[in-house]
Amino acid sequence: MINNYTLSIYRYNPETDKKPRMQSLEVDSSEVKGIMLLDLLKAAKDHDPTITFRFSCGAGICGSDGMNINGRNGLACMTQLKTLGDKIILRPLPGMPVIRDLLVDMNLFYRQYHSIKPYLQAEPPKDGKEHKQSISQRRQLDGLYECILCACCSTACPSWWWNPDKFVGPAGLLWACRFIVDSRDMKESERLEDLEGLYRLYRCRGIMNCASVCPKGLNPSAAIASVRERMLKKALGKQSYDEANQ
Amino acid sequence: MIMNDFKAREFDVIVVGGGGSGLRAAHTLSQSGLKVAVVSKVFPLRSHTVSAQGGINAALGNYGDDQWQWHMYDTVVGSDFLGDQDAIELMCKEAPETIIELEHMGLPFSRNEDGTIYQRSFGGQTLNFGQEVAHRTCCAQDRTGHALLHTLYQQNVAVATNFLNEWFAIDLVVDANGSVAGVSAIEMATGEIVFLKATATVLATGGGGQIFQSNTNAHICTGDGMAMVFRQNIGLQDMEMWQFHPTGLLGSGILISEGTRGEGGYLLNSNGERFMCDYAPHLKDLSCRDVVARCSMTEIREGRGCGPDKDHVLLKLSHLDPEVFIEKLPGITQIAMTYVGVDPRKDPIPVVPTCHYSMGGIPCNYHGQVLTVDHDGKDRKVPGLFAIGECANVSVHGANRLGANSLLDLVVLGRACGRYLQENIQSFTAVNPSHSDIERAFSRCKNLKKPSQGIDAVKLRKEMKKIMQEDFGVFREHASMEKGLKRLEVLRTMSKKITIRDQSAIFNTEMFNALELQNLIEVAYATAIAAFSRQESRGAHSRVDYPDRDDKKWLKHSIANADGTIQKRSVSKQTKFTAPIETALREH
Ligand SMILES: Cc1cc2nc3c(=O)[nH]c(=O)nc-3n(C[C@H](O)[C@H](O)[C@H](O)COP(=O)(O)OP(=O)(O)OC[C@H]3O[C@@H](n4cnc5c(N)ncnc54)[C@H](O)[C@@H]3O)c2cc1C
Ligand code: SF4
Ligand code: SF4
Ligand code: FES
Repeated sequence: MINNYTLSIYRYNPETDKKPRMQSLEVDSSEVKGIMLLDLLKAAKDHDPTITFRFSCGAGICGSDGMNINGRNGLACMTQLKTLGDKIILRPLPGMPVIRDLLVDMNLFYRQYHSIKPYLQAEPPKDGKEHKQSISQRRQLDGLYECILCACCSTACPSWWWNPDKFVGPAGLLWACRFIVDSRDMKESERLEDLEGLYRLYRCRGIMNCASVCPKGLNPSAAIASVRERMLKKALGKQSYDEANQ
Repeated sequence: MIMNDFKAREFDVIVVGGGGSGLRAAHTLSQSGLKVAVVSKVFPLRSHTVSAQGGINAALGNYGDDQWQWHMYDTVVGSDFLGDQDAIELMCKEAPETIIELEHMGLPFSRNEDGTIYQRSFGGQTLNFGQEVAHRTCCAQDRTGHALLHTLYQQNVAVATNFLNEWFAIDLVVDANGSVAGVSAIEMATGEIVFLKATATVLATGGGGQIFQSNTNAHICTGDGMAMVFRQNIGLQDMEMWQFHPTGLLGSGILISEGTRGEGGYLLNSNGERFMCDYAPHLKDLSCRDVVARCSMTEIREGRGCGPDKDHVLLKLSHLDPEVFIEKLPGITQIAMTYVGVDPRKDPIPVVPTCHYSMGGIPCNYHGQVLTVDHDGKDRKVPGLFAIGECANVSVHGANRLGANSLLDLVVLGRACGRYLQENIQSFTAVNPSHSDIERAFSRCKNLKKPSQGIDAVKLRKEMKKIMQEDFGVFREHASMEKGLKRLEVLRTMSKKITIRDQSAIFNTEMFNALELQNLIEVAYATAIAAFSRQESRGAHSRVDYPDRDDKKWLKHSIANADGTIQKRSVSKQTKFTAPIETALREH
């Protein structure tokens, strides 16, 4: 049983600090009400209320508390303290503008998500009932729709660090895949076209950082591969069509 | 931090809250061409609706005959007859088309073999007025709230809804005549204070389960909208009615969905007995939540609790088909493994009744119009003010909400409010508050910045939660409530003198937490006075000293006022399409 936790937290308030610093903190384990890193952070915040980070659900579903934990992106509320060793180093999600301490500006990340038109585009059935979707068609959405947009993946992706304004990033591409494979959506072709070009999808180098950090166990890299395959098929299909028509 | 002058921005409608109810209303409003803004203290996808698991009710009849009248019957009985039947009728009747609409919007519902929406069983849902168990709860595995919130957000992206994300609403701006002119707000990232002026203000701020030590609610569920209204001397309705969910995870309070019992799970005591069979032989583990929570607490109080401290019961799932864990309950399986290290396919999950949902809230009609009660007992509308979702009390849930009826409430009544405003806002008169009316709405914020007030927020929060847990929990009784209420009155005064250390303008979470704590204490106080005064047991309000329901005196809504007084309001039986359901006894 550990008596104290030793935390090293990235601190930066642009209003008062010239540059960021790491602050060391000791927290008595008796004050930590639970077994998760978020419980430790809450106890630390009771001592020093100026420590700034986002959190809400405490159950790994709202996606608020993504951070870099001992060098790896994850959610504080889903990270068990016992997996972290004696010294815990917390930094903001890499590559994002810091607003204050562990709290980053997510706007670019959301903008890339919005850029893939993340909404179903379909014609409602004429009988006024639900679209019929078989169990196996519905299963195509599993492993995709569960994304909580925590940004752990995109901010672990070197391609995203270099081109956050042009590369959609793993989270946005996972969502693109979610709509492309939905049997109800009618815009597959437009969606695939929208991802053409050097940057939007093709910046992905298959480095797999995204899949290894996703706290929900999703695999953006595989989703990207399957979209890429559809793009190829589409291009080939078009080519053979063009050839046939020459 | 500069806080002397505020800016102003003007809208036709502001919706305070980006959860399910706020986003559903906003979708209709954005399409109508009105100038609308959704104001949310978190990015909308972080709202608490995202946590909902089990599902959303509608009599779709995907398994043979089902009728909205049967759903209505269950809802009224479940409410222990405190629900308003005009609103319940609307909710249950419009449920099927609202669910279909969500499906058309893209919600990834689980499916049946024939491609229709899968529906599971849930507590209190029956066919044919109380006969067999119904399959009425539509779901997306056990992540229905996530799927619903994301879908509604996505559709708002499609119609280009205007969002003010990470903006904190402080208080209502009200003119001398009591008309609401908008809210005072802070942009959290910059600390800038802004008067958000609007012809109509819609509160969709969610619940306040954080008043209890042990709850299933997110950190942000602090009853802000309820407190904003209460501070304007508008009474809150049925605040004694807090739902305790039978299956909160031991320790953290994280919810284990009722869907687990809907799929065939059941509860066990330390003797390994399936105790619900004795208490409620008909519906057993699928009885209403208030009933199951009381039975679990009785088992624990009588020494049949489990574990070294005999402080919980067990939820057994290991007998279910292995496919169910993959297809229907993947989220729950993950939660049990991550947070208590239990694999539910092998071992039972330790659970305990945990505060979950606020049936009480801001009194309003089914257009969302906020109501007060006159001295002569008549309803009066508050000009410019609307409420939807968990912060509202319409009342579709009465004294006990049925599982999977809240998400339904969000979408049906969120849409109804949006439509009402779309059709009627032209006839509203614009309110022009004076400078001091506006300044007043920023005063809480300014006071926090004053040095040397001296009250420590952390201690205050802990004490409030302890009082609520001990004196206003599942079982209540005069003497302990009286003691708790006295102390709460002291805390309420103290809460006005909280000091904060953080003086920064940039994302000052200490300040927001202090504002939220003040809100929580108002909500706790309203709860306490309402619970203390209702001398009967009905639904979730269970008094050891008044064990029976007393329809003569208490088939009434309670209205808790900020000055400590209680009024009563009649329960509506004004149905339009079917005969009202007559009051009867209910299985307890
Ligand atoms: C764990 C859990 C599981 C549940 N499962 C189910 C289920 O399966 N089926 C079901 O029907 N119901 C379920 N419920 C209940 C249901 O999820 C909630 O009642 C419902 O989601 C509340 O939605 P809402 O729109 O009212 O508010 P919320 O989703 O809580 O959103 C509130 C919004 O208001 C904003 N806000 C609050 N205060 C302020 C402020 N001061 N300034 C600016 N913005 C503010 C927040 O940012 C947020 O956007 C569950 C509840 C819990 C706790
Ligand atoms: S894919 Fe995983 S890591 Fe990436 S945003 Fe979604 S949930 Fe987070
Ligand atoms: S697989 Fe692609 S998206 Fe994922 S981390 Fe690597 S480059 Fe980024
Ligand atoms: S606090 Fe919601 S995901 Fe961690």
